[in-house]
Amino acid sequence: MIPVSWYLTLAAILFSIGVYGFLARRNVIIMFLSIELMLNAANLNLVAVSHYLTDLRGQILTFFIIAVAAAEAAIGLGIVVALFRNKATVYADEIAQMKG
Amino acid sequence: MPGNYLPSEYTAVLVMLIFGLIFGGMTLWIGRFFRLRRPYAEKLTAYESGNPPSKSPRFPFSVKFYLVAILFVVFDVEAIFLYPWAVVYDDLGSFALIEMTIFIGLLLVGYIYAWKKGALKWDR
Amino acid sequence: MDTAPNFILTPLAPLAPELLLICLGLLLVVVDLFLGEKRHILPWLAALGTLTGLFLLGNGSGHFSDGLFGGMYILDAYSLFFKVICLIGVLFTVMLSVRYLDTEKMHQGEYYSLLVFAAVGMMVMVSAADMIVLYLGLELMALSVYCLVGLLKSDSRSNEAALKYFLMGAFSSGILLYGISLIYGMTGTTDLQLISQRLTELNLADNTLLFIALGMVLIAFSFKVAAAPFHMWAPDAYEGAPTPITAFMSVGPKAASFAVLGRILLSGFPELHVHWGPLIAGIALLTMATGNILAISQTNIKRMLAYSSIAHAGFALLGILATSNEGVSAIMNYMLIYAFMNMGAFAIIIMLNNRERRGEQLKDYRGLAQTNPVAAALMLIFMFSLTGIPPTAGFIGKFYLFLAAMNAGYTGTVIAAVILSAVSAYYYLRVVRYMYMYDSEKGEAVAMSPSLTAALIFAVIGVIGLGVAPGWVLEMASQSLPALAQ
Repeated sequence: MIPVSWYLTLAAILFSIGVYGFLARRNVIIMFLSIELMLNAANLNLVAVSHYLTDLRGQILTFFIIAVAAAEAAIGLGIVVALFRNKATVYADEIAQMKG
Repeated sequence: MPGNYLPSEYTAVLVMLIFGLIFGGMTLWIGRFFRLRRPYAEKLTAYESGNPPSKSPRFPFSVKFYLVAILFVVFDVEAIFLYPWAVVYDDLGSFALIEMTIFIGLLLVGYIYAWKKGALKWDR
Repeated sequence: MDTAPNFILTPLAPLAPELLLICLGLLLVVVDLFLGEKRHILPWLAALGTLTGLFLLGNGSGHFSDGLFGGMYILDAYSLFFKVICLIGVLFTVMLSVRYLDTEKMHQGEYYSLLVFAAVGMMVMVSAADMIVLYLGLELMALSVYCLVGLLKSDSRSNEAALKYFLMGAFSSGILLYGISLIYGMTGTTDLQLISQRLTELNLADNTLLFIALGMVLIAFSFKVAAAPFHMWAPDAYEGAPTPITAFMSVGPKAASFAVLGRILLSGFPELHVHWGPLIAGIALLTMATGNILAISQTNIKRMLAYSSIAHAGFALLGILATSNEGVSAIMNYMLIYAFMNMGAFAIIIMLNNRERRGEQLKDYRGLAQTNPVAAALMLIFMFSLTGIPPTAGFIGKFYLFLAAMNAGYTGTVIAAVILSAVSAYYYLRVVRYMYMYDSEKGEAVAMSPSLTAALIFAVIGVIGLGVAPGWVLEMASQSLPALAQ
């Protein structure tokens, strides 16, 4: 058995990569991907702990997170497509019509 | 703690992995000494037979692909709820059936929406 | 599954308002698809459904339940109060939308159904006793609002607003989930009541990892209520969104997020108050300062109201800081009042709106007192209320919040809040100055519509009524509390 702390460490690394990617990259699609990484880090945590504690709640939450993440991705892509039709860019720095 | 754990159960996997890498690498490396190497223009094209590629494959996809992809992702992922449902179906009986019918009914509204909006029509 | 029988026996009658609104949302989608030209009945359907929902909420107010669905869903007076605020917000938004959608030529049936789904999300959120349900409600609300913000598809400002809001919202959801997963890892449960128990049982009150986890949840909700330093999405999202949606965002989701924040902190982590107290105090101070000071330099009134909304979130945080029934009831009271005064102000903005985004710039208000004395007078009342000048409701709201924080011993924070509140008078009253002290450039009369008039009347009654007779709301709010913070 791999101890639960290994999974938690992996999840922490994934989460950090996700946060870094979100903050450092300017391509909107890559930013989405980073967010997905963060969500999956949480999923990994939940599943690992759930298995460790033999408690189902974590896995249930994971199911919901997966489903919601799909909906979120769909909406995000929809917004990007709408934006792309108007402005033809996916770079966050170029999407700055409103400031202040 | 990560330090205290010896992944001895996975040693076999590690050994297998190393052997696989060595075997694959060795085969290619040794092959270099024995194979013939006589390239000519025809051989160097992407496909030895058939048409040469007419343009770069790296052109932007039509937005329609994204639309279909979005729909696919949403409807595909909702199917994960069917798995736990199927597992406990025997225990819950008709209640589970009713619940799932409601759930599928909700999805159906989404489907009808996508349909009526023309999201499923390719040549629009 | 040993929990199965519980699920089967869960009576669905107490959930009538939520179920009704879900059906309404679906109905609106279908009606929009198949009716085509008769779309103008959609807002009336939505309004009727929301009113029925409010009625059902009132009807069910006697039958509270501690735990539907195995303790995951609570119906108590606390959630009821916030549900009423949210539905009032939706009702206002529907009334504001009819005219706006006409002038913007935005005839999308999704609009009203998304609004209704957002309402369901908020209702689920405020009733959640479990992190799973909380997350689902939150996302249902958030996803609907992302779409609503970006619904002006051909307007690149709307697209941009939606994108920024979406990115920040999704990012904060990620942080929230990771925090939840850590809390689950340490306490082995997602049930708020159980978390509180396990914290004492397992002696986790001084665990560093738990602070980090709770900190992540706090950060996520700071994003949701647009508290500084996590507010940067708000001005852009508010400015670019369709105006009724801007109004909705600053009332509904904000109130729901505060409800959840209150429930998490006071019901899940009361033992940790020593730790999150100073943190919230800092966030509240920073939020009030950022909101009020940055609002001064705005010339776009929607953007100014966005900063004002940030500032008001800072004031409301004072109530959570107080960690007392008094504080929480002050928040509830404040959120209700804020709904009325903010909706009123936005109603005036929408009234002035034509296709060229008129009414959004401060200069559009020049001489409004001459061309439209009634509109100017109403705007005056709403601005006074937002500033917190008696006898308007805004004063009462702020007064009780400050009082609660004062009684809890945060005197310094309250003094800062009062000073910043005085600063806010500058930019709110500047609107009044533009309306009354300057001459109009072109005397354009504004067109009224029945629904907009109704919204304005409703808002004015709320602002004045709650200002003159504040007692009963506060009474109701404080009565609802023993269930929350024992």
